Amino acid sequence: MKYLHLVWAALFRRKTRTLFTIASVLAAFLLFGLLDSVRNAFSDAGNSVAGVDRMITMSKISFTVSQPQSLLARIEAVPGVKEVAYANWFGGIYQDPKNFFPNEAVSPNFMDLFSEYAIPPDQLAAFKNTRTGCIVGASLAKKFGWKIGDKIPLQATIFPQKDGSNTWTFDLVGIFHARDPKEKNKEPILFFNWKYFDEARQFGNGRIGWYIEKLSDPNQADQVAKAIDAISANSDHETKTESENAFNRSFVSQFADIGLIVGGIMSAVFFTLILLTGNTMAQAVRERIPELAVLKTIGFSNRGVLGLVLAESVLLILLGGLIGIGLAAVIVPAMSSKVQGLLPDGVRWNTWALGVALMFGIGLLIGWLPALRGMRLKIVDALAGR
Amino acid sequence: MSNLVEIRNVSKVYERGKQKVEVLHHVDLGIAQGDFVALMGPSGSGKTTLLNLIGGLDSPSDGSIAVGGARIDNLGQGALAKWRAANVGFVFQFYNLLPMLSAQKNVELPLLLTKLSAAQRKKNASVALQLVGLADRATHKPTELSGGQQQRVAIARAIVSDPSLLVCDEPTGDLDRQSAEDVLALLQTLNREHGKTIVMVTHDPKAAEYARQTLHLDKGTLVEQATHA
Repeated sequence: MKYLHLVWAALFRRKTRTLFTIASVLAAFLLFGLLDSVRNAFSDAGNSVAGVDRMITMSKISFTVSQPQSLLARIEAVPGVKEVAYANWFGGIYQDPKNFFPNEAVSPNFMDLFSEYAIPPDQLAAFKNTRTGCIVGASLAKKFGWKIGDKIPLQATIFPQKDGSNTWTFDLVGIFHARDPKEKNKEPILFFNWKYFDEARQFGNGRIGWYIEKLSDPNQADQVAKAIDAISANSDHETKTESENAFNRSFVSQFADIGLIVGGIMSAVFFTLILLTGNTMAQAVRERIPELAVLKTIGFSNRGVLGLVLAESVLLILLGGLIGIGLAAVIVPAMSSKVQGLLPDGVRWNTWALGVALMFGIGLLIGWLPALRGMRLKIVDALAGR
Repeated sequence: MSNLVEIRNVSKVYERGKQKVEVLHHVDLGIAQGDFVALMGPSGSGKTTLLNLIGGLDSPSDGSIAVGGARIDNLGQGALAKWRAANVGFVFQFYNLLPMLSAQKNVELPLLLTKLSAAQRKKNASVALQLVGLADRATHKPTELSGGQQQRVAIARAIVSDPSLLVCDEPTGDLDRQSAEDVLALLQTLNREHGKTIVMVTHDPKAAEYARQTLHLDKGTLVEQATHA
């Protein structure tokens, strides 16, 4: 610590250059904080504890290929299956495509399988008994200012009504909450009655998007999945049954490999940052060769000079990096409620840990060559300006 | 007086590309404890090279150098750095202060290599600045000081760890006459009242008059020795 003032003073020897460099580092780590938080949010889709006793059965070919409703009774009869619900992706738009949120037609018992959602019993009963009824998550209701009794019109993008209309109007009869505050990102969704959907849609009647099975014993998941898939084996509607978490992971991966995209973008950003800051450090040390020679003259060892230069480069990156991720930690929660769960509530510890490790790595990398130059300089040559 | 510096048969050869340049030829020299020696001679005579060897900044190609009874010509770089920190103070022509540090922090630099506490380092640096008459400029950066004041800060830095030997390379070469005389008077005081052994390279005969004796070098050989009153 006794050398800190020396490192600090050397770093701010050229204030303008250092501040611009710190701004570059800040921008890179702000981007890192935001993108890694997005990656975390997508990773979370397959890591929920809530769905460990649920499985999903869908077409072996694709999530978009529907299944016959006749499978319902046969799946219910599989040993180990406690209860079965079903659903279909609707894909409706509320007023404007930028208002996107997931909306699904679901069976009457759907909410019975999802204990992570809390809904008052009278609202749940109203949902089951109202043909055009729908329920929404609290954060979605808050976003659009909806209250019970409102009519919510959605524009169909896949399923027109039999009369040719694309407008489906639902009556809001209930608002549910995620019991665990950490699962608030599961709230921005709308569910409506299967019966209304199946009777009114122009095509696909009697077919189901996916089944959800609640298991008596999660440890029997493999046997149950095999038994369910055996029902449709060698038919024209073969199924694939997997845990809900695995289903969520594969669903999210349909958008893109977020980890790969984030990794690609950050690699390009950090590569540019290394070139930029490496050049700055090289220039800063080149200008200070006589000063480093003076330090060695008065007794600083070669390793001491090496350490001072490396400490300076790490400090440069740490200053910009910590402010950058700190800013991301302010921005992420502020944006979280506006992007439908695409961001978590804050910057996670693993993002901080990876960020700090990157700061040290980049700092040491960019400081290494200038530090070696400082370490190896010959005092008499440096003092003579050679 | 016993000799603080003992130089025996020292030669120094530099390699410039394929060419070998012998800068010092078999120099023998003894500098007594408490002496103030001026090294003079034309450019290229080997004055600065000899000073660098005495100060442990460079190693001889041949011969031996002992300071305070300890051989320094065969020390490795790490050991030599430690030896310099404990035994030698350096004063350069262009002061070589660190521009981003205050006078006080510049003077404290050699003490960072000791085990002294921050408070003790500050106290010692203040005493050194007081000794060179710049206690009131402690918080000033080098750019806020005149050339003479900067050189006195450099002298304070050289003496703050209480070394027995001061090596000065053209300490007045960048100063006006009045500042030069102030600096030389200060060095003389350090020699006479504080017992510091000083070896100073200079081109200026008037500066050399402040020393107790003057040595002349020419083409890498000691050619003349004069003792002042």
